[in-house]
Amino acid sequence: MNVSRSLRNVIIIELFVPITLLILGIYHGLMQVVYRAGVIHQSSAVKLDYYRGLTAHGVINAIVLTTFFAVAFGHATMLFYMKKEPNKQLSWLSLGLMVFGTLMAAWAILAGKASVLYTFYPPLKGHPCFYLGTALLIVGSRIPLFDWLRIYREWKRENPGVKVPLAVLGTLVNFIIWFVCTLAVAYEVLVLLLPWAMGWNPTVNVTLARTLFWFFGHALVYFWLLPAYIMFYTMLPKLAGGKLYSDLAGRIALFGFLLLSVPVGVHHQFSDPNISSTTKWLSTILTFGVAIPSFITAFTLSASLEYAGRQRGAKGLLGWFGKLPYLDSNRYLFGYMIAGLILFIFGGFTGIVNSSYALNNVVHNTAFLPGHFHMTVAGPVFLAMIAMSLHLIATLRGRKIFMPKINVIIPYLWMVGVLIFSFGLMWGGLMGEPRRTNLGMTYLNPQHELYTPQWVPSTMLALAGGTIMFIAGMLYFVVFFGTFFGKKAETAGLDLPVSEAYHDEKMVPLFNGFRPWIIVMIVIILIAYVPALVDVLSNSGPGAPPHLPHNPLPGL
Amino acid sequence: MLDKFEIKVLRISGLLIVVFLFAYCMLPAKRRWVTECIPYDKAYTEPRVTKIDAKTYQVFAVAQMWSFEPASITVPPGSEVDFYVTSKDVVHGFNIAERNVNMMAVYGGISKTTVKFPEPGVYKITCHEYCGTGHQNMQAEIIVDFPKP
Repeated sequence: MNVSRSLRNVIIIELFVPITLLILGIYHGLMQVVYRAGVIHQSSAVKLDYYRGLTAHGVINAIVLTTFFAVAFGHATMLFYMKKEPNKQLSWLSLGLMVFGTLMAAWAILAGKASVLYTFYPPLKGHPCFYLGTALLIVGSRIPLFDWLRIYREWKRENPGVKVPLAVLGTLVNFIIWFVCTLAVAYEVLVLLLPWAMGWNPTVNVTLARTLFWFFGHALVYFWLLPAYIMFYTMLPKLAGGKLYSDLAGRIALFGFLLLSVPVGVHHQFSDPNISSTTKWLSTILTFGVAIPSFITAFTLSASLEYAGRQRGAKGLLGWFGKLPYLDSNRYLFGYMIAGLILFIFGGFTGIVNSSYALNNVVHNTAFLPGHFHMTVAGPVFLAMIAMSLHLIATLRGRKIFMPKINVIIPYLWMVGVLIFSFGLMWGGLMGEPRRTNLGMTYLNPQHELYTPQWVPSTMLALAGGTIMFIAGMLYFVVFFGTFFGKKAETAGLDLPVSEAYHDEKMVPLFNGFRPWIIVMIVIILIAYVPALVDVLSNSGPGAPPHLPHNPLPGL
Repeated sequence: MLDKFEIKVLRISGLLIVVFLFAYCMLPAKRRWVTECIPYDKAYTEPRVTKIDAKTYQVFAVAQMWSFEPASITVPPGSEVDFYVTSKDVVHGFNIAERNVNMMAVYGGISKTTVKFPEPGVYKITCHEYCGTGHQNMQAEIIVDFPKP
């Protein structure tokens, strides 16, 4: 379908900027496993300090890439399914704020003035530009929601009694979650941290800041995940040569996420003081609840893929698994998605370990955690995002995929890399290996008194897996930029694969609008977060003065 | 409408969820594994080890950039130790991996847990939260040994 020049440019820039920055993000991913395995025993290499690089890795890969992509993909799905273009001025304003904010934060990080990691827990203090830049990026990403809601209302008025397309429902659910959760982080950044980092407020309540961060932080995870889920429901069955097993199941799952994505953040704070055990216990229950939409998804997608396999002539109980188009270079999106889904099996189960109250004591803040989330955010999320970025760039610019045979093996190479890498990290984590630590300087340095030899095999496995991931990442950049700057070969336009539903249920009004769901969502958030905030405010001691990462004495 | 098989599956999964939730509701009575919540008091911020009786100790640990105080703690085998952990500056971690003690040390907050040390040995306390450029140096130890005669 045709896209106006303006919107096409918006989407292309929103994909080009983060993927270019990702080169730096992935480079430091490799450097981390090198440091951690004790290959180098230094605080920095090639002028990039470990913790500065780690901050860049987290911010670029987990915030910049995901946010830019979600907005670009949102524009594409809204236009494709609603046949209406988002407002020109608003989409450029949103893009401008996001790019400006990203550049501000990137400057602060790369200048070494904000080595506070992407969670920026106070009282470690970063440069005010870091906080302001992050806030602008988030503000920019919230603007399109209001415009999309306008398009959605117009469409509903013109199409009474018709089901809202699943992809549109998913995009709106995702950005409503984003709108709610970013309120907390905006409050944290603009009211608590920025005045404190400027020296106007002497102290900050650390647990309050952490609680607000995780109100945002766990919903952020679903903000990463939902664009991938939209692709799994609305494209994967088609790409596999079948149909979506149930359309209603997809709607139930999406509304499940709307209800439970936000009120589960306290499960990141099981080890924190100032929050009562009852509040933490409630958070465990709610987190188990948010696993249910993922189980529904796992069932629906398996059923859809089984149907596809049987359509392609598979026999027997599991024969369908062998009949899917794994290496079809015309359907490379399928490979990226299935590789991500295989990783997500392990990512999901380890997530349940983390959210379990008591088991969390074994793994909290150890290398087990990055082991887990590289099988979620660096698994299905990352693979779906880079695959769709490539697809959108190729179709919007009318280019052919550069090196299609290489492109089709990248996701599997990445998947093998992540499996080895995460196995190493999780094994190390169970032995107490901390995350976010330059192990090479002390714990993995045979010359140092803190040398811990039992972490050698686990960090070596992480190094091996990380290297494979790095190679897959570099191959992707070759394909992406090769496609981007290739010769124009086809007519440019927007095209997305569309799955039909096998069980196309009748329209149920409850699953065709947001109002009742948003009310229940707010009620659950209040039930979960009012006690948490009361705990924090009533148990906290004095606030903390700011500290720079290299100075044990407080000060700006 | 739903067919018989689907209804059966839905019932079984519903029942499983109910059993699971019931089991989980039985848990709060024994919720000692998670960091306990006690209101802040300045008395906890003085690093020290207090002996209550031969087998019961209290450790008041203070994390700071980039060490723990006390840096070395000695208790006899079989001791039960209450840990009260706080921070003098930024957020730190307090992880005794071999005993599954896993808490955050936060300025303005007191993390508490209780753990037994049945076997003699040296147990490392590792800071597992990024706390600045010296984070990778931050470790302390608990020596569990029979008292010297």
